[in-house]
Amino acid sequence: MYADEPMRPRTMQGRAPDVFTRGGWIPMQLRSDGEEVDFVVIGTGAGGGPLTARLAEKGFSVVAFDAGPYFRPLEEFASDEASQSKLFWTDERIVDGANPLKMGANNSGKAVGGSTVHFAMVSLRFRPEWFRSRTLLGYGADWPLDWREMWTYYAQAEQDLSISGPLSYPWGPKRPRYPYRAHEVNAAGLLLAKGAEAMGYRWSPTPLATVSAPRGNSPPCVYRGFCRVGCSTNAKQSQLVTYIPRAVRAGAEIRDLAMVGRIEVDATGRATGVHYHRDGVWRFQRARNVVVAGYAIETPRLLLNSATDRFPDGLANSSGLVGRYLMTQSNQAVWGEMEEEVRWNKGPPSLALTEHWNYDDRKDFFGGYCWMGQGPLPIEWSSVLTGARGLWGEALRRQMENYNHQIGLKMVGEMLPHLDNRVTLSEEHDQYGLPIPRITYSWTDNDKALIDHGLAQMRTSLELVGARNIFLQKDDTNHLAGTARMGFSRETSVVDADCRSWDIPNLFVCDGSVFPTTGGVNPHLTITAIALRTADRIEALAKRGEL
Amino acid sequence: MTDGTASRYPGYNVLSKRDGPSWDEVTRQVIDRRLNVPREPRFLDPERFRTLKAVCGRILPQPPERPDVPLAAHVDAKLFDNALDGYRHADLPPLREAWLRGLAALDAEAHAAHGRAFADLAYRQQDTLLRRCEAGELSHPAWDGMPPASFFSQRVLADIVAAYYAHPSAWSEIGYGGPASPRGYVRMGANRRDPWEASEARPGRERTALKENRRVR
Repeated sequence: MYADEPMRPRTMQGRAPDVFTRGGWIPMQLRSDGEEVDFVVIGTGAGGGPLTARLAEKGFSVVAFDAGPYFRPLEEFASDEASQSKLFWTDERIVDGANPLKMGANNSGKAVGGSTVHFAMVSLRFRPEWFRSRTLLGYGADWPLDWREMWTYYAQAEQDLSISGPLSYPWGPKRPRYPYRAHEVNAAGLLLAKGAEAMGYRWSPTPLATVSAPRGNSPPCVYRGFCRVGCSTNAKQSQLVTYIPRAVRAGAEIRDLAMVGRIEVDATGRATGVHYHRDGVWRFQRARNVVVAGYAIETPRLLLNSATDRFPDGLANSSGLVGRYLMTQSNQAVWGEMEEEVRWNKGPPSLALTEHWNYDDRKDFFGGYCWMGQGPLPIEWSSVLTGARGLWGEALRRQMENYNHQIGLKMVGEMLPHLDNRVTLSEEHDQYGLPIPRITYSWTDNDKALIDHGLAQMRTSLELVGARNIFLQKDDTNHLAGTARMGFSRETSVVDADCRSWDIPNLFVCDGSVFPTTGGVNPHLTITAIALRTADRIEALAKRGEL
Repeated sequence: MTDGTASRYPGYNVLSKRDGPSWDEVTRQVIDRRLNVPREPRFLDPERFRTLKAVCGRILPQPPERPDVPLAAHVDAKLFDNALDGYRHADLPPLREAWLRGLAALDAEAHAAHGRAFADLAYRQQDTLLRRCEAGELSHPAWDGMPPASFFSQRVLADIVAAYYAHPSAWSEIGYGGPASPRGYVRMGANRRDPWEASEARPGRERTALKENRRVR
């Protein structure tokens, strides 16, 4: 496929692409629009992927929609930053506020498998206290989930994704052995380790969702380093090569290139199905239950755009909180140069990390953060130099020539939920005729204090390993959460602990939007664990006739 | 390709790996198409394209010993395809409109300050105008409400620099390994180079680097 050839849906004829063979297919059960299926799931990423697989495996009829294409990585993922932007959500979004978010390549996927197709594979558990951060740590909001229950779902997710991790993980309560051995740590990661040790902090090889030994049709990672623009060998355990094939085998239908624009609600206030745009026409799929799993921008956008006379402010929004408490994570970095050749592009970008400041509370702000080694490819690296240092002209070209000597540390930090950080609908419309989302974000004073602390710590670490020409990248953020938070009551949250909306009993939200707080680690494993739990809860509710 | 011993990676050409185990078919197709980008503009008119070429020449002046990366052609291709980034700052118009207005405004500024088109200014004058754009110090009515500083950082720098570092010539220049599927890499430690990676001409080892780089396949 070439970038300028418009793609057509691939799963219309009772088959889905076999991601493990070139040009291959696997059989897939088709459902008609008129059939009232048990579940429609909107989005196939870290939340929608596992939920679709588990619901299908439990015997429910499921149709999962994704707005993006259904790729075969072996033949369609080039070793190339620019052309692989086809994996990102590049439809227009308007960003504003005091600290506008970077979207697109930064945090959004538009493909079957969602952004797990291009994420950095970092697979971390929350610190247990974060599930009760209001009660135990004095900030944010408590989750209606118990960390001990989450611990069992984290373990299930780690098994399902064959996480490669260390023999023992230095932080938090005991956890089971990682299914696959840790990856070899590259030069960039070893420099993180050396710096952490010099500061008296523990470090660890990063638990990663890319296999260190063969698994089924996935070969071990070959350390090509293009993880963040799609894995061409299928070593990466994205949803596309794990839960999605499981879902299809269990009887789910995956509808690719199908953009859901509106959820229909009947006179009794129950969802009846979804309007979706595919192959040039709008269609309607009937469903007994609807699950929204579009992540923190598309989920509130869809709920808001589905407003009716009965629900004039959008669906599931009696609290007024749909679209609110949007969170990102601080992703500031410190960069420097080493005398030796580091060649940081070899291997997954974040092979080592320290979670020290997620578990040490001796600081004068709320929340925690970790930091990780880095290995940006040339386009991304050049954008750091233009963005953070304002380099261009000869100065930029000369600095870029040091590429093989650069090192960097990047934090993933907890930003606090704030009512005014939010997603709304703008006046502009996209290619489907749907209102473009407007994303408003401003850092709080606490966020700024956390960022300053992290930058100073990472700077010290680089100084202690002898890095030169150190500079700070102060503006970056990554990962999203919030906008449909879970909670204990219909007044203060959008969904309950089972991800079920308070207002519409057969409408669920299952993605990072349900996070009341975002923690200081990458969100993917927590989203997946919540999806696995939600599938079990739905099964239990169905058995009791409460669905 | 770089052959002069003045280069940091003499003789290293990432394209020498094109038919080896570091490149797969889809990568070859993608890069071939990039190397054959249409040189004539398909979106911008000739006047705007001339301005864009001049801007590209200052944002990334290229070395004389190899053919230039046709940066303006790549930016025009992005505009022709309307290849969006997935977000835009609220103070900027959409991609195409931002470039059309910004290039016209730079030209209008050049005429107002020097009585000539931007492309006809001396490099020094072009740099001064670009720096004032970067600093938000320009205010010709042709900007029509678009902040020059946002245009500079979000469009000029972002689009031109991304086009340059998407090109194999730039990869060779910085000693980047380039495409790596399916072979990947083996030697992960510091100062460890796989034989299919660029060899750096540190002082005293220029000839070794040249020899090693010529063997890269």
